[in-house]
Amino acid sequence: MGDLSTLSSNLLYAAFFIYLIATFFFGGTIRDKGKGKSRVAGNIGITITIIGFLTQLGYFITRWIASQHAPVSNLFEYTTFFGMMLIFAFIILYFIYRVDLLGLFALPIALLIIAFASMFPTEISPLVPSLQSHWLYIHVTTASLGQGILSVSFVAGLVFLIRQVDQTKRSKHTSWLEFVIYVLFATIAFIMVTSIFGAMEYEAKFQAPVNGQQAEITYGVPAIAGPADGEVISEGAMGPLFEAPAWMRGQDAAKKLNTFLWSLFGGLVIYGLVRLILRKRVAAAIQPLLKKLNPELVDEVSYRAVAIGFPVFTLGAIIFASIWAQQAWDRFWGWDPKEVWALITFFFYAAYLHLRLSRGWHGLRSAWLAVGGFGIIMFNLIAVNLVISGLHSYA
Amino acid sequence: MNEITCECGHINPEGTVLCESCGKPIEKNQHIDGNDQKELLNMRYDGSARRSQTYNRTIIDKIWNFFSSVKVGVWLIVLTLIASAVGTILPQEMYIPPNVDAATHYRDQYGLLGQIYYQLGFHNLFSSWWYMLLLAMIGISIVIASIDRFFPLYKTLKKQKPKRHELFMKKQRVFGTTESDQVDVERFKKNLKKNRFKVYEENGHILAEKNRFARWGPYVNHIGLIIFLIGSLLRFVPFFYVDEFVWIREGETAMIPGTDGQYYMKNEEFILETYDESDERFKEAIQKQGGPIPKTYQTDAVIYERTDEFIPGKEPELKEVKTASAKMNHPIKFDDYALYQASYQLNEFKEMTFKIHDKENEDSNYGEFTVDLTNPKSEYELESGHRVVIDSYFPEYEMKDGEPVSVSKYPKNPAFVFHVYPPGETSPETSFLGIGMNIDATGENDYKLGLVNFDVRDVTGLTVKKDFTLPIIGLGGAIFMIGVIQGMYWNHRRIWLQPKENGVWIAGHTNKNWFALRREIDKVIDGTHIQKPVDQYEMKD
Ligand code: HEM
Repeated sequence: MGDLSTLSSNLLYAAFFIYLIATFFFGGTIRDKGKGKSRVAGNIGITITIIGFLTQLGYFITRWIASQHAPVSNLFEYTTFFGMMLIFAFIILYFIYRVDLLGLFALPIALLIIAFASMFPTEISPLVPSLQSHWLYIHVTTASLGQGILSVSFVAGLVFLIRQVDQTKRSKHTSWLEFVIYVLFATIAFIMVTSIFGAMEYEAKFQAPVNGQQAEITYGVPAIAGPADGEVISEGAMGPLFEAPAWMRGQDAAKKLNTFLWSLFGGLVIYGLVRLILRKRVAAAIQPLLKKLNPELVDEVSYRAVAIGFPVFTLGAIIFASIWAQQAWDRFWGWDPKEVWALITFFFYAAYLHLRLSRGWHGLRSAWLAVGGFGIIMFNLIAVNLVISGLHSYA
Repeated sequence: MNEITCECGHINPEGTVLCESCGKPIEKNQHIDGNDQKELLNMRYDGSARRSQTYNRTIIDKIWNFFSSVKVGVWLIVLTLIASAVGTILPQEMYIPPNVDAATHYRDQYGLLGQIYYQLGFHNLFSSWWYMLLLAMIGISIVIASIDRFFPLYKTLKKQKPKRHELFMKKQRVFGTTESDQVDVERFKKNLKKNRFKVYEENGHILAEKNRFARWGPYVNHIGLIIFLIGSLLRFVPFFYVDEFVWIREGETAMIPGTDGQYYMKNEEFILETYDESDERFKEAIQKQGGPIPKTYQTDAVIYERTDEFIPGKEPELKEVKTASAKMNHPIKFDDYALYQASYQLNEFKEMTFKIHDKENEDSNYGEFTVDLTNPKSEYELESGHRVVIDSYFPEYEMKDGEPVSVSKYPKNPAFVFHVYPPGETSPETSFLGIGMNIDATGENDYKLGLVNFDVRDVTGLTVKKDFTLPIIGLGGAIFMIGVIQGMYWNHRRIWLQPKENGVWIAGHTNKNWFALRREIDKVIDGTHIQKPVDQYEMKD
């Protein structure tokens, strides 16, 4: 069994690198002249993507066998699966519209998500009684597939914005676009900081009061923000620059704030360096590469992803979730934060569809909505789990 | 009604924008859909006469128009969305610890933010009147908006004729002209049929149409939503919905609340299993957790039905209905009821046995007595002549502000104030006893009480549910899903072909996905010598 879980994590590594290679091939399509003529790079790109997807499927199946339950039960497993569904959704939309450059953005974002997932505890954990139901697999996989498809809408929306936003002058559009790119950089920073200090086996222990009792808190990265009223107890560890405000609750609140600050600063550093090298807005630097893309086509891809993803998401995250909740907790709807955020996602995309259909929100506005929708999905995945924890709390 | 007769002879209802039959823009009505300012026709509802766009005089018209506006609908959805998000910032009242005062809890735990949150009612957002009102308004809006659009659109699509007015053709988004005498109309029709279009013809004018049913998707899904909302409302009717909770101790038989005294349940045994800590698979995770992780918990139960008339105070006659286990994710079902394993309490004290001995000599014994903790007697007589009176009993003892109190009525941490009357005495000695605690109140006692023995048992907590709204809610959900799939996975497409003196005109319309429509047109004109039409719409943003 030990071998099987090793095999499983190796397959995940392999899938990660295969996606990386596929990204380069999609990058190669930038130089394809004209439309539809030389499709070589794109064809290779999609083939490698499919191989990567199958490899990751291998990870999923072997891990399932090793743990004897579907590996969608903690934050690591769930987020990795979400990355896989994003790839799957990309493959579907690729075959409908064959937009090569979509791959150049979809794959890196999936890579970011999978790398991000690996920063959380990866050991196989047992299922608590409420999770022991077939509806768990059915609900989580469909909901995640729905979110994956909706995320392709974000990818296409982002491509559209980079392609279309007027970069000759500074505007709200350019600033927000840079902000979205900055958030992606901050995610990279989070992954880098966590893995570098993890590899160094950095540890700083603090003693601090938590809910009125002294507790020991272990930081994995140097403390910028220490726990409120905390004291360093590891020798040689860097003391905090300041203490987390006392109203932040919970054992790990200060630790999470600290990691968050590291990511924000790290993101700023990366962004600053990139700007320094490019000497213009990041989006402005990418824009010329996308010139041959037909914006209307990208707009339609973004919308089509919502059209396909919305029913899947509703089925998985609202309907199957209700059936399971009815069995496990005797109520199909409990206004638990995770449920409420699924409902918010549902409302948001309902609003998107109505605005688009009846009020003619196409193009830029529709693309911004797609970005916002992805923001909500990520909020539900990360912030609700880590910050607003409820019954569903995975981490 | 001011009907409008079109030059094609068709009689249209008041408010029509495009003739139902030939599509000719009706003069003076073009402002309704904004066609007068645009190059292209607004084809959203095929220019049909919608009530909301036609009348705006009476108060009823105004209400109707308000609710049928998609702008209003989207506002309602967005407001509900924002309110819901705010409702997750702090825990809802149902998730804060029971038996604390909400007002002080929010203030103490979350400071000023908490106080504002509480005062604005966000702690109970999802059952607040204004959240309900938002949902109700969304419901009304859905009904009115759907009626306003469905019937006119249905009629117009039914009455459309293949022969279209020239203006209608020219002002379609996808439009093209071909000048050639070689146009192969037969092949065009064959291609259309191959692509699963229905082809209608009238004097050489062709209308090809597919997936009209997809147009009804939104209306079907809106009906589903309404059924769902009605189902949720019915929960306020007691007949449809029972939701009760019961604690039952091991070995005990209790009436199941919410069943009008008809059903009883015996808790045979409560079982809690945890994961094996030496299991290779989960070792790491269990270590990290720092404690055992539960694997299953379940109640083995017997369900009884009462067979005699209900008379207060009379012991019921019970007939066994079934034996079953309630387990997480596997409720016990009987009649219309379901029992869910919702909670448990391990090792609740059942009985405690005490003895009286000399204060100085632990081994002396003046007799023992046993207190049944769910039903303690007030006085115990011992054979040695000692008498013990329970002065106070705290099932779940805690010190609060220097006073002993009980925080619940469940014997989880029992404590007693005993009065011990030695034989023949009228003034008692007072002792205070609890778990790990034995206090001589005055310090002058001769006798002391000692705990000899105790018995514990588990208590299971079950929810009792009867829910006739579930089928309605389920039906609503199913209809909703059918509707969205119908509307999202198929598109309504139409292609018109008009014969001209030398060649043809072609136009196309779809309710979504124009790229896919253009690709389809490319396929159907293949080999027909019809020129590829152009997309007259330019992305302006
Ligand atoms: C959360 C509640 C709602 C959901 C989930 C919902 C869902 C949908 C969906 C999926 C569509 C189909 C869009 C398409 O064909 O691409 C649609 C269309 C529509 N909805 Fe809603 N809707 C909701 C509330 C409302 C409200 C409050 C209104 C009131 C104005 C409304 C009015 C419409 C209209 C007018 C259409 C277009 C119908 C057509 O194309 O003929 N909906 N809705």
